[in-house]
Amino acid sequence: MFLQQLINGITLGSVYALIALGYSMVYGILELINFAHGEIYMLGAYLGIIFLAFFTAIGLTAYSLPLALLLTLIFSILFCSSYGFTIEKIAYKPLRNAPRLSPLISAIGVSIFLQNYVMLTQGATDKVFPNLFGTAGFEFQSVRMTYLQLAIILTSVVLMVALRLFVRKTRMGKAMRAVAQDKTMASLVGINIDTVISVTFIIGSGLAAVAGLMVAMYYGLVNYSIGYVAGIKAFTAAVLGGIGSIRGAMFGGILLGLVESLGGSYISGEYKDAYAFIILILVLLVKPGGLFGKAEIEKV
Amino acid sequence: MKSYRTLYEAARPFIIALWLSLLFLPFKGISAALIFFIVISVLLVSSKYLLKYKNTIAEGKTFKGYRLKAAGLFSDRFSAVARYLLMCLLLLVPFLFRDYFIDVAILAGIYIILALGLNVVVGFAGLLNLGFVAFYAIGAYSYALLNTRFGLDFWSALPFSVVLTSVAGFLLAVPALRLRGDYLAIVTLGFGEITRLILNNWDSVTRGPNGISGIAPPAIMSVSLGKLSYYYYLVLFFVIVTVFITRRVYTSRIGRAWVAIREDEIASSVTGINTTLYKLYACAFGAFWAGLAGAIFAGKMQFVSPESFTFMESVLILCMVILGGLGSIAGVIVGACLLVLLPEVLREVQLYRMLALGIGLVLLMVYRPQGLLGGKGVFIRS
Repeated sequence: MFLQQLINGITLGSVYALIALGYSMVYGILELINFAHGEIYMLGAYLGIIFLAFFTAIGLTAYSLPLALLLTLIFSILFCSSYGFTIEKIAYKPLRNAPRLSPLISAIGVSIFLQNYVMLTQGATDKVFPNLFGTAGFEFQSVRMTYLQLAIILTSVVLMVALRLFVRKTRMGKAMRAVAQDKTMASLVGINIDTVISVTFIIGSGLAAVAGLMVAMYYGLVNYSIGYVAGIKAFTAAVLGGIGSIRGAMFGGILLGLVESLGGSYISGEYKDAYAFIILILVLLVKPGGLFGKAEIEKV
Repeated sequence: MKSYRTLYEAARPFIIALWLSLLFLPFKGISAALIFFIVISVLLVSSKYLLKYKNTIAEGKTFKGYRLKAAGLFSDRFSAVARYLLMCLLLLVPFLFRDYFIDVAILAGIYIILALGLNVVVGFAGLLNLGFVAFYAIGAYSYALLNTRFGLDFWSALPFSVVLTSVAGFLLAVPALRLRGDYLAIVTLGFGEITRLILNNWDSVTRGPNGISGIAPPAIMSVSLGKLSYYYYLVLFFVIVTVFITRRVYTSRIGRAWVAIREDEIASSVTGINTTLYKLYACAFGAFWAGLAGAIFAGKMQFVSPESFTFMESVLILCMVILGGLGSIAGVIVGACLLVLLPEVLREVQLYRMLALGIGLVLLMVYRPQGLLGGKGVFIRS
C-alpha cells in the first residue's frame, strides 16, 4: 500500500515538476506569476487528444502507433509553445514596465479567456483519451507499476536534465541566467531581452505541453478546467522548491506529489486538493525562499 | 527598401490574423478558422484606421472644445440636480420595472457592497486579494447557520456575521501581510480555496455540496422582507450606508494613511504611519462589507451552497473594481452595475460572458489600467 502510493506520488509529482519549471523560469526572469501557465498545460492535453484523433482518422495510428504518438507529441509542443509565445507578446510585453499588479491581473484575464475558449470550442464535457496501453506493467511484491507510469517518470527526468544542461551550457542559457539576474545590465552587454523572454515562454510552454499530454494518457479524461488546479499545484511546487530554481522545481514537484498521494490515502481523500494550498501558505509564511531558493532581500 | 517596409506595414494585420487563426485551427476545424481569420483581420485593420482617425481628431482643436463642454456638463449644480434625479429614480425602481429587473437590481446592489469592500483592500490600501469571496462565504454561511440552527433573525445575526467576517479578515491578514504584492495575492487565493473546500466537505455543519436551505428572509416588525420590492429597499439602504461609510473613512486620517501606504510603503512608514496596523485595518474593514453582502445574499436566496463562492466569483468582483477604476467609489459602483447588467441585457451572449471578461481584463490592463472612471491611482505610477 505504502510503496504503491509512493509510486503514484512520484508519477504525479514528476508531472507537477514539469509544469512547475514553466512557472519557475518565467518568475525568475520576469518576476511574474504566470497564471495562464496552467491553461497551457490544459491546452497540451486537449491538443494531444485532437491530434491523436486526427492521426487515427488518416490511418497513421493503425500503421504505426509510436510514430503517431511521436507526431502528436511534437505537434502539441509546437502549438503550446506558439500559444505561450503569443500570450507573452499580447498580454505581458506591453506591461513590462507597469506596476507589478498589472501583468498579474492580465495573466488572470488570459487564464479565464483560455478556459472559456476551450470550453466553447471543445464543449464543457470531459474528453476521453483513447486507452492505448491498457494497464500493462510489472509487479513486484504486490506493488504495480505500469509502463505508462515508468514512461512519465523517465520522460520528466530526461527533460529536466536536458533543461538543466541547456541553461548551464548553452549561450542562450547563459543569456537567460544573465537576464534573470539583472535585466538592465544584461541589455547593456548586448543581450536581446525580448528574445530571451520569448525563448523562456516557448520552453516553459513546451514542457507544459508534454505534461498535459502525459496526464491525458495517464488519467484518460480531460476537462477544460483541469488547468486551474494543476496550475496552482505546480506553482506550489515551484514555491516549495524555491522559485527561480530548476532543481527546486523538480524536488518541489515530487515532494508535493508524494504529500498528495500519501495524505490522500492516509489522512483524508476529501481534502486532497487542500494540501497544496496549505503547503503553499505555510512555505510562504515560514520560508518564502523555498527549500533551494535564496532568501530574498528587498532593496529600497 | 522603403516599399518593402510599407508593404510589411500593410500586411501586418493579416500576418497577425493568420498566425492567430493557425493557433485556432486544431480546436474547431478549417471553416471556423477561416471565419476567425476574417473577423480578426477586419478587427485589426479597422482598429488601425480608428487609431489614425482618433489621432487626427486629437490634434485638432475641435476635440479640445468638446472636452471643455463635457467638463461643463458635470459642473457642481448639474451634478447636484443629477444626483437628486438619480436618487428619485432609484427609489421608484420597484414601481417602474418588472419583478425580473428588481431581482437584477438587488443582485447589483449586493455586488456593489462586495466591490466597495474589495475596493477598500485593493483600491485604497493596494493589497491584491484574490480570495475575497471567502469573506462573502463566511458572511453568508454564518447567517445561514445562525438562522437555521439557532433561530436568530436577520437583525440579531447580522452583527455576529459581520464581526466574524472582520475577525476572519484580520486573522488572515496577520500572517499574510509579511508577504510582497503577488505572493500576498496567491496566499489569499489559497485561503479562498481552502474556505470553499471546507464548506464543501464539512458535511455535519455545512451539509456539504447540498448547501443550507430554508433560511428566513429578514423582517421588520414581523413584516417579512421576502417580497422583491421590500428587499430592494433593504439592499438600497445598505448600499447607501456602505457608500457613505467607506467614503467617510476614505477621506479620514485612516484613508489617507491607506493611500500613503499604497503609493509608497517605505516613505509612509518613515513619516510615522504604522503600516502593518493600517493594512490590518484595511483587510478587516474590507472583509466587514463582504460579510454584510454575504448575509444579505443568504437572506435573499434563502439558500447557500459552496457553488456560489468559487474563485471565479472573486475574479468577477475584482473585475468590477478594476473596470470602474481602483480606488474610485463612483467607478466601482459603475463597474459592478455594468458587470451585473450587461450579461442580463445581452442574454444571447451569456455563453461568451467569461470569454469577454478575460479579454476585457487584458485589454484594460494594456490600454486603460486606471479603469473607466479612475483618476490617479494604483496603476498610474510605476
